[in-house]
Order: sequence, then structure tokens, then C-alpha cells
Amino acid sequence: MRQYEVTFIVDPVLSGDEIKSTAKTYQDMLVTEGCKIVHIDELGLKQLAYSINKRSSGIYYTIEFSAENGDVIPKLELSLRRDERIMRFLTVKLDKYGIKYNDDKRQGLIGKVSKDKDDKKQSVAKKVPVVAKPVAKPAPKATPAPDPTPVPEPVAVPVVDSSKTEEE
Amino acid sequence: MASRDDIKFLSNPNIGSRQKKYCRFRKFGIKHIDYKDPDFLVQFINEQGKVLPRRITGNSLKYQKRVAIAVKRARHLAFLPYVTDLLK
Repeated sequence: MRQYEVTFIVDPVLSGDEIKSTAKTYQDMLVTEGCKIVHIDELGLKQLAYSINKRSSGIYYTIEFSAENGDVIPKLELSLRRDERIMRFLTVKLDKYGIKYNDDKRQGLIGKVSKDKDDKKQSVAKKVPVVAKPVAKPAPKATPAPDPTPVPEPVAVPVVDSSKTEEE
Repeated sequence: MASRDDIKFLSNPNIGSRQKKYCRFRKFGIKHIDYKDPDFLVQFINEQGKVLPRRITGNSLKYQKRVAIAVKRARHLAFLPYVTDLLK
């Protein structure tokens, strides 16, 4: 058994029923091909990072399914490619960590915010990563980050010292 | 002149010392990088949408490669832009 995940973007111009039926056709198709649908995730209407086919938004769907072998994938992708309602799609094979990640996500162990993401595999020590994250963030975030951080410290310390000596 | 016991060093000893970089995936035990989570991936790209090098992110080679794959997948699905300005 292999587990796959297909994500596709449906044209937002279609009516709500049409969008639902589009997702349903692929779900039905997978079932008739003998796949087991694990989960269907409707990510909903999202703003695209760049326009595709002159559309600036799209409706994202993710279908997670398990199949005996990969023979279904070309068929699925061919029909996705021929479908005018689908703007983009991506099929990915999930490894064991990916399966676990999706399971955890469904159970709500992984929050939507990136900060909570660290909790997922160490749900016991929930506070530690959240505290550690802000510390971790500034350093790797961007090139200019490492430079400004050391600068304020040395500036602050001498000021304190000099003020003290003057008072005394 | 007051006693200078409070001044232990002529210059700030913390100057020049830098916090050691580490791989956050190893540290927090993240095994899978989701390409559908652009908010997380944004931490690994610069303002132009380019993947940041390992010397800045501190990622281990294994996870840097996975980050790069996830970013590329996210770009394909328009979660992240291919080219942009002022992303952050």
C-alpha cells in the first residue's frame, strides 16, 4: 500500500455546486480505481501568490488516498490535465512521516500557526518549543538579522556603566 | 572616584560572541515539511522569494534539501511566489 496526496486548484469562477462536483468526480474516480480515500481536505478559497490563467484566487482541495500501486496516478493526472476547471495540481507520495504529519494535523496536534508546528512531535513538552522559537527565529530569518542583534547589546551596556560612574 | 567594582571588563565581553546556529528540524524533531503551509516556509526564503542558504538558516543538509523541495512545490501550487519583491 502506498499513500498519496493530490492537491489541486479549482477555478473560483464556477458556482459552489460545480466546485463540489469537480472534487467529487476525482473522489469517485479514485474509489472506482480501487483506492481507499483517507481524507479530503477542502482548504477553501485562497489568494494565489501569482495569477494563473488570469485568476488571482483559487479553491484548494487535497485528497489523501492509498493505492496498491502507482498505476492510478497517470490516469488521475491525465484527467486532471484535461479538465478545464482545474488550474493546477500536484501529486505527492507520502512517506511515513508525511502520513503521521497528516494524521496529527487532523487530530489537531499541529496548529495552523507555524509556531505551534514544533509541538507536533513533542506534544509532551508543549511550552518549550513555543518559548524557544522566538529566540530561534531572528537569527536565521534574514541576512541582516545577525548584524543588528549584537549591536544593541554593546551599546546598551557601556551607557549603563558610564551613567553609574557619573552618579557616584 | 567611586569604587569601580561594578565594572569588571573594559569592554563588553559579549561582543563578537554569537549564538550558535542549529537545525531547528533536528532540535524540535520535525520530520515532515508541509508544502501547504506557506507561513512556515516563508521563514526560509528572502524578500525576493529565494531560498535562504544553509549558512543563514542553520539547517542540516538533509532538511535544507527538504525545505528546498517544499518551497518548490509550494511555488508550483501558488502558495509562494516564484519572483517577487518585498515579500516580508
